[in-house]
Amino acid sequence: MQVVEPRTGLAVAVRATIKRDLTLMLRRRGEVINPLVFFALVITLFPLGISPDTALLAEIAPGLLWVAALLATQLSLDVLFRSDFDDGSLEQLLLAPQPLPALVLSKVLVHWLLTGLPLAVMAPLLGIMLALPVESYAVLALSLALGSASLSLIGAIGAALTVGLARGGVLLSLLVLPLYIPILIFGAGAVQAAVLGASAAPHLALLGALLAMALMLAPWAIAAALRISING
Amino acid sequence: MTFRLEGRGLGCERDDRWLFANLDLTVGPGEMLRVEGPNGSGKTTLLKILSGQLTEHDGELRWGGQPMRRSRTTFLANLLYLGHAPGVKAALSPLENLAWYQALNGERGSESARMTALDEIGLCGFEDVPVGQLSAGQQRRVALARMLLSPRPLWVLDEPFTAIDRQGVAALETRLQAHVVRGGSVILTTHHELAPMAALRRVALGVS
Repeated sequence: MQVVEPRTGLAVAVRATIKRDLTLMLRRRGEVINPLVFFALVITLFPLGISPDTALLAEIAPGLLWVAALLATQLSLDVLFRSDFDDGSLEQLLLAPQPLPALVLSKVLVHWLLTGLPLAVMAPLLGIMLALPVESYAVLALSLALGSASLSLIGAIGAALTVGLARGGVLLSLLVLPLYIPILIFGAGAVQAAVLGASAAPHLALLGALLAMALMLAPWAIAAALRISING
Repeated sequence: MTFRLEGRGLGCERDDRWLFANLDLTVGPGEMLRVEGPNGSGKTTLLKILSGQLTEHDGELRWGGQPMRRSRTTFLANLLYLGHAPGVKAALSPLENLAWYQALNGERGSESARMTALDEIGLCGFEDVPVGQLSAGQQRRVALARMLLSPRPLWVLDEPFTAIDRQGVAALETRLQAHVVRGGSVILTTHHELAPMAALRRVALGVS
């Protein structure tokens, strides 16, 4: 019997993985909607709990929106590799003759498309509820879109490390939240700057730089973390 | 180019207990290796080592005369591993599951080839049903259909007969023998008694 030479075909594998994960998530809509509902609920409750005073709300709105979006992303991370681990397709993914960082990157991309991006689109709507000035809507959506991509990438490292543990949720938060802090600071800072009428560009540029760094390093870290988890 | 999987002095320790130590084995074209032993004797661990998943072990693993570290990509392109879990997604149909596995190898494959493979494995009429609605045996058959789709010389199978009915077991056994006759090789664990065949060799674990 002939020995099989390793094929290239990375594009085929990446495209198929993206398609597979999208199909899977769209068939389990509850998991996709869950973080969005959480986000909406938290933001709806704040004006009721604090005060309907628009000046006060507008002042704290950037931070509130960003913290709520961050926690919503965090909420959705635990399931990123969990079901693949449970049904054995994760070990098959690790045995694929393709570079693992590229394959996990496509999984993270799907996570961002179905969590981070909808959160960013939804945020201006919730901004209305917090009396956020209209000028800052674009910056809010853009900063969340950029920032949540970094959150997905960094969070995936934690999710990969804790996938083998029965109750990894708490540990995952402890591992990942400290790494989220710079993104939170610059993200909320960008919106704050837009509210005050200053330029949000420096904050957005820093968010972009953080994303570029996460894109470069996180796929390898996720791949290594998955190998450790599977071996455990 | 021919292939050969060699393990020299393999050993694995779990929780201060040696599952096995100093194990030498080799599998080449046209050979079938059956790993035997009672529950908990380390059969699955050995298969995971042999399929390159567990790297923390004693001894050395070589593929085609080269250390595994260097030939890993070539090795993986030649390996078909079926573990305890079938590795199929419950929310996807058998066709979609197989399409993903083909794509992982970098091949697009064709819908008709996948249909044929599923028919042959006994899943005719279930091609578009979500795997979650199939029985355990049928789910396992979806995983087994991968053996028909991508030609891989080395099959590493962990309890492939689990949950398969009697006709299915006979068909699978014939398929394994045909693979060995064609010059492929098989490493498997099973508690099922295999029909005697010349190329079958055994490794016993857990006997001291």
